[in-house]
Amino acid sequence: MDWTPIWLSIKLSFVTTIILLAMGIPLGYWLSKPGAFYKDILEALLTLPLVLPPSVLGFYLLMAFSPNQAFGAWLQDTLNISLVFSFEGLVVASVIYSLPFMLNPVRAAFSNIQRSMVEASYTMGKTAAQTFFRVLLPNVKYAILSASAITFAHTMGEFGVVLFIGGNISGVTQIGSIALYDSVERMQYDVANRYAAVLLGFSFVTVLSVFLVNKRLVRGIIG
Amino acid sequence: MIEVSITKAMKRYDGGDSLAIRAEFASGTTTLVTGPSGAGKTTLLRLIAGLTNPDHGHIRAFGQLWTDVARRVNVRPQRRSVGFVFQDFALFPHLTVMQHLQFGTDDQAYIEQLLAMTGLGGFVRHRPLKLSGGQRQRLGIARALSTKPRLLLMDEPFSALDPVTKLGLQRSLKHLFDELGMTCILVSHQEIDGKLLASRQLEIN
Repeated sequence: MDWTPIWLSIKLSFVTTIILLAMGIPLGYWLSKPGAFYKDILEALLTLPLVLPPSVLGFYLLMAFSPNQAFGAWLQDTLNISLVFSFEGLVVASVIYSLPFMLNPVRAAFSNIQRSMVEASYTMGKTAAQTFFRVLLPNVKYAILSASAITFAHTMGEFGVVLFIGGNISGVTQIGSIALYDSVERMQYDVANRYAAVLLGFSFVTVLSVFLVNKRLVRGIIG
Repeated sequence: MIEVSITKAMKRYDGGDSLAIRAEFASGTTTLVTGPSGAGKTTLLRLIAGLTNPDHGHIRAFGQLWTDVARRVNVRPQRRSVGFVFQDFALFPHLTVMQHLQFGTDDQAYIEQLLAMTGLGGFVRHRPLKLSGGQRQRLGIARALSTKPRLLLMDEPFSALDPVTKLGLQRSLKHLFDELGMTCILVSHQEIDGKLLASRQLEIN
């Protein structure tokens, strides 16, 4: 069994999770504040990948990033970036596809914080930034950890979107789930079995870690 | 001196639709604000703290203009030197009793004084969920006092306390208010709650 697809899956999941952490925390905080109707529309758009068939998203991204289309041509001509059939393209697609898995729990956690806690901090002289880092963030940290684990696992298991954008290039875009599919296509069931077992193990460890984090959350609040 | 002259549209349980208040609170005194549910007692405290904006009028405190709708003056809550005891306590779940007080001050001697006054000395490592309702309420009071505010706003601060604890705490608070020259506005359903502390009563209908 070639371990390269598994390492590529881990690398893709890691990079995607880091990017989504950087995006999800400020975006989740912003969306948690009451606001205009356009916030609802934006939130619906950002949650769309949850219900959209991966092939639909993959197809649209392939069309958008293709050098034969306006946006893809602009990326190639202006920035010399080609996102189709590249690892960078997989990252962009994964970020879009996994965004709701990071965003929704983080936004919900921020929404659940009592407004009066923030007000108490303000009346104690703390600025909005100090309140964010000293009151809000510590109270959503387990939701962030949990969302990160789920995002990581979800990216590990991606198939449709990455197949559309990245294809099946060994060492470049062939991640674990695609290597598994490829092995089945070649009727190498013993290799497919090993890929499946590794991906299953990763998923189980992730789900277990989420449970442990949630347990720690309950103990942490009470302790 | 705190001078309040404001109106604020609000949905009231009695069908009224606005709160209109003109009142003065002398420095260094404690005023008990009473009135039926929905009369606007909490809203009054929030307006003074800068947590809610009035529709019209002004608030002047300690010689400084805090709010003036016409002149678009609105000093941020952080700069008003108010302590606020919230009805729902609004404690920080991730902080221990000690950390709550350290959130407001570095003065360890003052923290010890607050702990002794509120009877929380034996619970410094406890987080709010491990405290009883009465202990949480006392922590809310201690935390509001930790910044040594010039004005303390208390919203139903004794509702979860038994009569003996309440009386002891009120005596300690009176002593502290006198020591620090603190002005206090205390909202309560029950007049008895303010008898010991308040020198004046304001009723909102």
